[in-house]
Amino acid sequence: MNLTFQFASLAEFFDMGGYAFYVWLSYGSAVIAIGGLIIHSARKRKSVLAQIAQKQEREARLRQHRSQTQ
Amino acid sequence: MRQVSYFHAFSIVLKRDLQIAFRHRGDIFNPLMFFVMVVTLFPLGIGPEPNTLTRIAPGIIWVAALLSAMLSLERLFKSDFADGSLEQMMLSPQPLALLALAKVLAHWLVTGLPLILIAPLLAVMLHLDSGAYGALMATLLVGTPTLSLIGAIGVALTVGLPKGGVLLSLLILPLYIPVLIFATGAIDAASMNLNFGGHLAILAAILIGALVVAPVAISASLRVSTN
Amino acid sequence: MWKWLHPYAQPERAYNLAGSLFPWFAILATLLITIGTVWGLGFAPVDYQQGNSYRIIFLHVPAASMSMSAYMAMAVCAFIGLVWQIKLADMAAAAIAPIGAVLTAVALLTGAAWGKPMWGTWWVWDARLTSELVLLFLYLGVIALYASFEDKVMAAKAAGILAIVGVINLPIIKYSVDWWNTLHQPNAITVGKSNNMPPEMLIPLLCNIFGFAMMIGALSILRFRAEVLARNSMRPWVRALVAKENNA
Repeated sequence: MNLTFQFASLAEFFDMGGYAFYVWLSYGSAVIAIGGLIIHSARKRKSVLAQIAQKQEREARLRQHRSQTQ
Repeated sequence: MRQVSYFHAFSIVLKRDLQIAFRHRGDIFNPLMFFVMVVTLFPLGIGPEPNTLTRIAPGIIWVAALLSAMLSLERLFKSDFADGSLEQMMLSPQPLALLALAKVLAHWLVTGLPLILIAPLLAVMLHLDSGAYGALMATLLVGTPTLSLIGAIGVALTVGLPKGGVLLSLLILPLYIPVLIFATGAIDAASMNLNFGGHLAILAAILIGALVVAPVAISASLRVSTN
Repeated sequence: MWKWLHPYAQPERAYNLAGSLFPWFAILATLLITIGTVWGLGFAPVDYQQGNSYRIIFLHVPAASMSMSAYMAMAVCAFIGLVWQIKLADMAAAAIAPIGAVLTAVALLTGAAWGKPMWGTWWVWDARLTSELVLLFLYLGVIALYASFEDKVMAAKAAGILAIVGVINLPIIKYSVDWWNTLHQPNAITVGKSNNMPPEMLIPLLCNIFGFAMMIGALSILRFRAEVLARNSMRPWVRALVAKENNA
């Protein structure tokens, strides 16, 4: 198997034989889409944890309030 | 007694409606998906021949925009009417026309704007003439607020009715026809490389007329229909 | 025969198992996709007919084939949830749906960007592109339906039925290039038959395909765990976990 870098220079790599716009549009949009998905999934986990913590605090406050008024 | 300025009342209602819309994201998303799917149905039904599609693309996109605007209008006053906040708005010292305008603006930001943003994608799928994209965006930008304004009048008239949906379409589709005609005329002119400024000017005039008259009509309709 | 699987119907055990599997999927995904993409972009030989634009294949084919696999996985989870009433399966289906939708969108976008230099048009209404677009609509419909119910048990039932009904689309997508005269070219690689692709092109492609599969696994685990926590927020083990996370 012959593995050599197929482009003479970095400038040629970015040019992609004239197809620069299409190739980088594809790779760019894929990176943005999948990157966005990864970030969104990570943030969803954090926000779920935060919401449960909020609910817990609220219930603790309610319990405290009820035990105080009784 | 604290005086709430008109601008303050306007921005409160606007912010509230935007917040409610973002919490029910389906309300934004579903009309948009409806728009995309209706546009998708036409090439499947008429056939994929690019020349045919190019000729009818402006009409398809605009009719789909009309139908999607109508679909999304139904939620404009419904939940407020159901829980009584509409009545509170009608009793407030600020003019109802102002508050109604705020609600319509929120509605346009949440339904019309996404429509405008996704229209180029649909135009590509319908093989729209490359010179016509500018006209497409311009007519949608000027026309969709008009759709929201005029549609809101119809919604205000039918807000109390349980099955107002189909009746709503009977009321406002005739009022939408001038907008449709001038918008598709503009896009067709652009695709033939003619100047579409005249069509756009008339659309803008319709928008300004609607901006002035519609809020008053909406508030009158609300007072009539929520007797 | 399946008794060993039964304990994992408990949310806590499934949560922990998923958590311990996550690093494996994530590392494999990162590794395979990096190798596949760098090799494909820089080191795979230039195509005789298409020049360098063919390099989009290293994104397009993995995204498209994995979009179909993800849908199948989602439908199987939905089926299990409906038939055996296992709520974890419903949560898994809800977790996979957005990932599959993004992959379908990537497949459509990269396909359009490849089609413009190759066929001269961004889009054409042939069988394969249309059926992949229908797949995107199905994904979005499942996501929207699940989100529109307040009660997530009912939501999962409704969305599950929609997902299962939509499975009919998968063989249509797969065989569309054989059954109809399409502009889209016939399948590039087939399992079991000898392929015309030189190994320098085939290996990065397979790397990316498996890399994307691992990525779907990793992201599904991430979203699955968040869904399990959200729907079991009353349980003591969740509360203990949240307290620990917030004190850490």
